[in-house]
Amino acid sequence: MDDEITQRRGASGPVIRERGEIAGGSSLSVPGRRGVARSTPTRRSLWSRVVHSEVLLFTLFVAPNLLLFGIFTYWPMLYSGYLSLVSWDLLSATKPFVGLANYRYLLGDDIFRLVLRNTFVFTVGSVGGSLALGLGVALLLNQPLRGRDGARAVVFAPTLLSGAAISIIWVYIFDPRFGLMAKLLGFVNIASPTWLRDTTWSMVAIIIVYVWKNLGFATVIYLAGLQTIPRDLYEAAKVDGAGPFSRFRNVTLPMLSPISFFLLVTSILTTFQAFDIISVMTQGGPVDATNTLIYYVYEQGFVAFNAGRAAAASWVLFIIMLAVTLIQLRYSERKVHYG
Amino acid sequence: MDSRALQFRITRLAGYGAMILILLVIGAPLFWMVTGAFKTNQEIRALPTVWWPELLQWTSLADLRASYVNFTEAWAAAPFGRFYLNSTIITLAGMTLEVVNATLTAYALAFLRFPKKNLVFILVLAALMVPNQVTILPNYVFLGRTMVDLFGQNWINTYQGIILPGASVAYGTFLLRQAFMGLPREVLDAAKVDGCGHLRLLWDMVIPMARPVLITFGLISMVAKWNDYLWPLVVTTNDNDRPLTVGLTYLFNQEGNTDWGVVMAATCFVIAPLLLIYLWAQRFIIEGMTAGATKG
Repeated sequence: MDDEITQRRGASGPVIRERGEIAGGSSLSVPGRRGVARSTPTRRSLWSRVVHSEVLLFTLFVAPNLLLFGIFTYWPMLYSGYLSLVSWDLLSATKPFVGLANYRYLLGDDIFRLVLRNTFVFTVGSVGGSLALGLGVALLLNQPLRGRDGARAVVFAPTLLSGAAISIIWVYIFDPRFGLMAKLLGFVNIASPTWLRDTTWSMVAIIIVYVWKNLGFATVIYLAGLQTIPRDLYEAAKVDGAGPFSRFRNVTLPMLSPISFFLLVTSILTTFQAFDIISVMTQGGPVDATNTLIYYVYEQGFVAFNAGRAAAASWVLFIIMLAVTLIQLRYSERKVHYG
Repeated sequence: MDSRALQFRITRLAGYGAMILILLVIGAPLFWMVTGAFKTNQEIRALPTVWWPELLQWTSLADLRASYVNFTEAWAAAPFGRFYLNSTIITLAGMTLEVVNATLTAYALAFLRFPKKNLVFILVLAALMVPNQVTILPNYVFLGRTMVDLFGQNWINTYQGIILPGASVAYGTFLLRQAFMGLPREVLDAAKVDGCGHLRLLWDMVIPMARPVLITFGLISMVAKWNDYLWPLVVTTNDNDRPLTVGLTYLFNQEGNTDWGVVMAATCFVIAPLLLIYLWAQRFIIEGMTAGATKG
C-alpha cells in the first residue's frame, strides 16, 4: 500500500518539473498532473535521466546510515555468532574452534540457569509492576482533577533521568542504616531488611527501582489511549446499568488491549536490556541473586574475559527477544484482520 | 441530592489524595538526593533523622559558600569539568548525527525513487531487532583490535569510538518517514512546479514543515545520548575520557557508603541538566513519545 503511493508520487515528480507545460494550465490538482504524466511519452529520455539522478541521490542519502548499520550492527552480529563458537580470552592470537561447546556449557551450568530464572523474575516483576501501576495512575489522571497535567509531567520525569545516577540515589535510599527506606519502615516499626546485601530483597529492590523509573512511560501511553475511547461507549454502558467497575472491565480494558499489548512487548524488550540499574546497584550480586542475562553477557565478556561464553549468552538473549518480537508481529497481523 | 453531592466531593477528595501520594512517591528519591547533597556526614548518620539539613536553613543560607561544600568537594574528587565536556560533545555530536541520518534516510524513503526501496526500509527496521548486548563485544574487539590492524591505532578512549557505533538510526528514521509522508502533498508539489530540486525541497519545505517531529526526535535522541552508560563504560579506560554517567559511578565506587553527601552532590551534576531541559521541553517530549507509540 505505502509503496504504491510513494511510487505514484515519485512518478509524478519529474513531470511536474516541466515548468512551462503546467504553468500554462490553471489546474494543479494531483489527478490532472498524473494525466499529463501519462500523455507525454516524448519526455522519455529526460524522464529516465531524472530517475537516474534520483537513484544516485537516494544512494547518497541512505549510505551513511546503512554503512554505520553494516559496520556496527549487522557485521558485529554475525561476528558475535562466530565468537560464540570459539574459545577466546580477548587477548591471545588464536581462537580455537569449539563448536557448540559454549552453548552446551551454558545449558548445563547452574549459574546460567539461575541467571535465566533471575531474568524471568525481574522481567515479570518489572513489566507487571509498571504496567499495572501505570494503568492505575493513568486512570486517576484521566479524571478531571486540577493539576493533572503537571502530575503527568512529574510521573514521566524519571524515565528520562540517567539510570546510573538514579541507581546511586536508590542505593542511598536502601542503605539499611541511613537510607530513606529504613527511616520510613521505622515509622511503622518494621526493621529494615539489608536490601542490596540480601539474596531475596536485592531482587525486590531492583524491581522497585525499575518500576519507579519506568511507570511514567506506561502512564503516559495509557493516558493517550484512554483519551481515544469514545465517550458514547461509556454512556451506553451507563444506560445499560453498568457500574464503574463493570464499565472498567467491559469497556476500558478491552478498548485498551492493543495498547496494553504494545506496552507489554516494548517493556519486555527494554527490561531484557536493563543494564545500568543492575550494574550500579548490585553488580549482579549478592552471589548472583540479581545476575540477569544482560549483566551476565557483560560479566563474561569484560570481567571474566570469556568472549565465547559471552557471545553464546548474548545469542540466547537475542533468540528470546526475537521470539517476543515475532509473537508481536503475528498478533499485530491478526489485529488488522479482525479489528 | 445532598448525599450525591457529598459522594461527589468525597471521590474528588480521594482523587486528590491519591494524586498527592503518587507525587510524593515519585518525588521522594529526588528530595532525598537534594537534601543529601547538603547534609554533613553527621547529619546523614544522625538519629533521629535530619529531614532538612542545616545548610539549607535560612540562617545558614546567608553564608552561601558553606552551603555547597559537598558540591565543591565532589567537583574536586573527580575531573567533573572534563566529564561535562565529554558528555556535552558526545551528546551534541551523537544527536546531530542521528538527526541528520534519520532525516536523510527518511526523505529518501518517502520521496525518492529507488528500485526495491522496501528492502532498504526493512534493512533499516531490522536493526531494531538486534539488541545492544549482541554487538557490544564484537564492536569492542573491532575498535580495540581490528582498527589497529587496519589503521595502526585503536579507537578506545576516543570520541569517535563512543559516538559512531550509536550514530545510525532505525526508530528515528521510521518516525520521520511517517511524518514526512503525512505532509500536505499539494504544497510540496507546488514547490516542485516552481522548479524546486530535492535538496531545496528538503531544506526549505520538508524540514520546516516537519519541525515539531524533528525537535521531538532530537530531544529523545539527546536524552538517550546523555544517559548512555553501557557502551561508554566498555569503551573508555581513562578517567579523563569518560562521560558524566560513567565518571559518576566510578566516584560512587570509591566514595559510596562512606561519604553520601559528596556522592549525592555529584549525582546532582548528572541529573540537573536533564531536569532543566525537561522543564523547558516537557510537552514536546511527552507528546512525541505518545505519538510514536499509539500510532504504531
